[in-house]
Amino acid sequence: MENLTFKLTKKTVTVFVVMIAIGLIALLYGVLGSPGAERVAANLLLNNYYFLSLGLIGLFFVTVHAISESAWHTSVGRIGEAMSAFIPAGGALLLIFFVLGGLHLVFEWTHEDHLDAILLKKTPYLNEPFFYIRSVFFIGVWAAMAHYIRKVSLQVDLNGDMKYFNRLRTLSAVFIVFYALSSVVTSWDWLMSIDAHWFSTLYGWYVFSSMLASGVAMIIIILYILKRMGYMDHVNVEHIHDLGKYLFGFSIFWAYLWYSQYMLIWYANIPEETVYFYERHKNFEGIFYVNLILCFVIPFFALMTRNSKRTFSVLIPVSVIVIIGHWVDLYLLIMPGAVGGEKSGIGLLEIGLTIGFMGLFLLVTFWALTKAPLASKKHPLYKESLDYHTNY
Amino acid sequence: MNKYLTAYYLDEEDLLKGLKKIKSKGVEVADVLTPFPVHGLDKVLGLRRSRLSIIAFAGGAIGATLGFLFQAWVFTRAYPINFGGKPYFAVPSFMPVTFELAVLFAAFSMVFAFLISNNLGPGSKNIIHDEQITDDRFLLVVKMDEEDDEKVKAVEIILSDAGAQGITLKA
Repeated sequence: MENLTFKLTKKTVTVFVVMIAIGLIALLYGVLGSPGAERVAANLLLNNYYFLSLGLIGLFFVTVHAISESAWHTSVGRIGEAMSAFIPAGGALLLIFFVLGGLHLVFEWTHEDHLDAILLKKTPYLNEPFFYIRSVFFIGVWAAMAHYIRKVSLQVDLNGDMKYFNRLRTLSAVFIVFYALSSVVTSWDWLMSIDAHWFSTLYGWYVFSSMLASGVAMIIIILYILKRMGYMDHVNVEHIHDLGKYLFGFSIFWAYLWYSQYMLIWYANIPEETVYFYERHKNFEGIFYVNLILCFVIPFFALMTRNSKRTFSVLIPVSVIVIIGHWVDLYLLIMPGAVGGEKSGIGLLEIGLTIGFMGLFLLVTFWALTKAPLASKKHPLYKESLDYHTNY
Repeated sequence: MNKYLTAYYLDEEDLLKGLKKIKSKGVEVADVLTPFPVHGLDKVLGLRRSRLSIIAFAGGAIGATLGFLFQAWVFTRAYPINFGGKPYFAVPSFMPVTFELAVLFAAFSMVFAFLISNNLGPGSKNIIHDEQITDDRFLLVVKMDEEDDEKVKAVEIILSDAGAQGITLKA
C-alpha cells in the first residue's frame, strides 16, 4: 500500500526548528557582535532572496509543466507546489527587512547625499516610494497566484475534471508571462541596484538561470528526503533521471549566460562596465573561481553519464554542491557592492543565517506537503507519468 | 561462408511474442529489422546501450584541448598581437573557438564511429535480407555458422512454431 499522506514527525520539526534557532543566534551575534550592520543586512537580503526565489522556481516548474502538459512531472509536481508555499512567507520577510532599515544599509541610492550625476538621472526609477510600490506589487501578485494555482491544482486532484485541468493551464500561462517580466525587474531592484552605477542587460536572465539550477537541485533534495522517509514510492528512476537532466542542462545554461555577460564586458573593456568585475577580481578572486567550479565544472562532469543522473548517490552530492554554488553566486552579486572587500567574508554569521533560512524554508515546504496527497491520482496524466520511460 | 535464416512477421506484437519464444529455446538472434521502432524490443533482444557517447566525449575533449592549445600557441608564440592592451594569453577570448572545436570534433568522431561500426558509408557492401523491411515486414535474422543441415532444420522448426509467417534461408 502506498503511503500518500505525508505526516511531519516531531523529529523532523525539531531539526528544522533547531536550524531556525541557529539562524536566530547567528542574527543576534551579527547584531550585537563584531560583523557590523551592513554585513548582517547584506546576508539577510542574500538568504531571503535566495529562498524566496527557490519558492518561485517551485511554482515556475509546476506551471511550465502544466502548459507543456508533460506527463512525467505529474509524479513530482507536489514538491514544486509545496516549495511555492514559501512565497508569501519569504516575500513578507523581505518587505519587513526593507522597512526595518535593510533598504538603507544595502542600497547606496537611498542616501540622498550620496547621489551623483549618474544616480540623479536614475531617480525617476530608483526612488523609495516607487521601489516599495514595485516590491509590494510583485510579491503580492506572486503570493496570490501561488495560492490560486495551488487551489486549482488540488481541484484537479480531487475531481479529475478537465475543466480544472484547463484552468490550471491558463493560469500557468499567465503566471509564466508575469514571472518572466517580474523576475527580471525584481533582480534589478533587489540585486543590481546595489551597484547602482553599473548595469547589464543580461543580468535578469543570468540571476534567473542561477535560481533555476538551484531550484531543480532543491526539488531533487526534497524528493530524496521524502524517499528516505518512506514516501514517494510512485516516483521511479525515470523521473529522477529527468530531474538530473534538468540539473545538468540548467548548470550549462547558467555557465552560458555567465560567460555571455563576462565575455562582452571583458572584451569591450569600457571602464563603467569593467569596474564591476574589477572589484570582484581584486577582492574576491578565490570565491570568483570557486563559484565557477561549483556551479559549472562539477555538475557538468559529474552528471555527464546516464547512470550518474539515475543514481541518488551521485545526484544528491551534486545537488548540494549546486545549491552551495549558487549561494556563492549570489554572494558575489551582493557582497562587493553592499559590504566591500575589507569587511565581508564567509564566517559564522553567513553559515548560521543560511542554515536558519534553510530551516524555515524546509519547515514551510514540508508543512505544505502535509496538506495534500503526495500523488495526484486523479490527474489526467498521472497514469502516463507512471508508465514514463526515458532512454537518454 | 555464413548463412542467414530469416523469418518475417506482419505484426509487431506477434514478433515480440515469437521472439521471446525463440530466445527461450536458446536460439541466438543476430538482428531484428523493423519498419518502425518497436517498444520493448531492446529489452527482449538484450541489446547493450550504445557506446557512441563515450566516443563523442573523447572527440570533444580532444577538440577542446587542440583548439585551446592552438590558440595559446598562436597568440603567445607564433604571432602575438596586442588587442587593446589585453594579455596575450587571454583565456576568455579563447573560449568560443575552444567550444566550437569541441562540438566539431565530437560530431565528426560520432559520425565516423557510427559509419565504421555499422559498416556503412561509401563502398561498403551489406546484405539486404528482405526488401519489404522498409514496408510492412518485421524481420528476424538468425546467423547459421555451420553447414549442418540438421541444425538449420531444427531452428526452422522453432521459428515456425513461434508463429513466423515465412522463413527463408540465404547464403
